[in-house]
Amino acid sequence: MNITLRVWRQKGRDDEGRMVTYKLTDVSPDMSFLEMLDVLNEKLTLENEDPVAFDHDCREGICGACGVVIDGEAHGPERTTTCQLHMRSFKDGDTITVEPWRATAFPVVKDLVVDRGAFDRIIQAGGFISAPTGTAPDAHANPIPKPDADRAFDAATCIGCGACVAACPNASSMLFTAAKVTHLGMLPQGQPERASRVVKMINQQDEEDFGGCTNIGECAAVCPKGIPLDTISQLNRDLLGSLSKGIG
Amino acid sequence: MALKSAMAVTGVILVLYLIAHMYGNLKVFSGQEAFDGYAHGLRELGYPLLPESGFLWIARIVLLASVLIHIYSAVVLTLRARKARTDRYQVKKRVQRTYASYTMRYGGILIALFVIFHILHLTVNVIAPGGKSDSPYERLVGGFQPEFWYVTLFYLASVIAVGFHLRHGVWSGMATLGFNKASRQGKINTVAMAIAVVVTVGFLLPPLAVTFGLVS
Ligand code: HEM
Ligand code: SF4
Ligand code: FES
Repeated sequence: MNITLRVWRQKGRDDEGRMVTYKLTDVSPDMSFLEMLDVLNEKLTLENEDPVAFDHDCREGICGACGVVIDGEAHGPERTTTCQLHMRSFKDGDTITVEPWRATAFPVVKDLVVDRGAFDRIIQAGGFISAPTGTAPDAHANPIPKPDADRAFDAATCIGCGACVAACPNASSMLFTAAKVTHLGMLPQGQPERASRVVKMINQQDEEDFGGCTNIGECAAVCPKGIPLDTISQLNRDLLGSLSKGIG
Repeated sequence: MALKSAMAVTGVILVLYLIAHMYGNLKVFSGQEAFDGYAHGLRELGYPLLPESGFLWIARIVLLASVLIHIYSAVVLTLRARKARTDRYQVKKRVQRTYASYTMRYGGILIALFVIFHILHLTVNVIAPGGKSDSPYERLVGGFQPEFWYVTLFYLASVIAVGFHLRHGVWSGMATLGFNKASRQGKINTVAMAIAVVVTVGFLLPPLAVTFGLVS
């Protein structure tokens, strides 16, 4: 395949940044999107140019490091992570636009790499349980209904990639926060801190300069892990409960 | 943090008001007496427990407070969203969002301007295209005569904007109040669409009927 790439290049946080066009020939449809970027970078290195910086780690869709916006969609045209996207999803001769996540809370570090530390700080604000640890409890000590366990597990699959923020017209991190609130809220271990957790996490989210959610749903539509939109409503229910109890 | 909840609660109050208001407007099809009688009846509601027009003033104060809180929250949240993404995408694809969800902010501004015009026109009667009158019925019929087509047109655009606002607003409000569950999403969407269509059609019938001479 022959591909024309328009890639965002930015030397550092203070650089203005610009789109740069590159042409690639002999791209195999079986390459992943990141392998295609590897090919581009080898070419740039041989030409004594600075390679395009992009984040990646596992390359198997589980670490959440690799997100970029491809032709206006977070992680590109398939509902998966950028590393699991393959060039067969594009056509010979296509022009592909690649941009970093755009959100004030996710400043660009270099080229396509953004700093997602804001997500860590939201988790640190309340996305955990503080149970005393010890030996593992008996498997049957805490019976949990199957539907609750399923929902908790589904919510727990969030990999913190940030596609929800990138796709949201308000750059809101609500789906990410809601996934964690739902995950812990469905389980008995999450109950003691449930009422304060949601307030702390939302406060942190506002402090990090994420926008407010207007329930548009672009987040869930691009989420590679299929975190359901109704987790946001579950978060809102917890939040209203906390506010009415005077917490927050 | 509570801004969204404030927005949803005041939104619900306004929606309930709109439905009652639409019901009242449709009385125009029962003739001048019924319509003016209804308008007068609103002033008597709760009398003698409340003073004359007492209920009406309570309703007006609740509505005004709701509108102000709603607009205040909308403005703060809009500014926050602007700040949350200062660098825009060069290419942005819409994945599933509805058209209605785009029009909330600009549509809201149109609705706010409309509400001001509407009160000056039909309530206070400072703006009186069809001549001033003590009869609400005559103000209505006078204001939407064919020669004031621009008034009717402005109403048309504004009421359609309200319809779009409610299409997304009802959906969004339900989610904000914690009622959105995967199993209920179909129903919430249907109800939002139904309220939007009923309110739009219900508010458009009286003025259009006057413009086209069905009510005179
Ligand atoms: C006829 C009067 C109005 C009614 C019945 C109404 C109703 C609603 C409802 C039910 C919501 C959903 C609340 C939520 O998101 O949780 C909403 C949202 C909103 N309204 Fe209104 N509204 C009205 C007037 C206005 C006006 C005058 C403005 C602006 C000046 C406005 C701007 C907004 C905005 C920006 C949103 C949030 C958008 C979103 O959630 O996507 N509205 N409205
Ligand atoms: S909710 Fe989905 S899109 Fe958002 S960070 Fe988690 S996995 Fe990524
Ligand atoms: S590189 Fe780990 S999810 Fe893509």
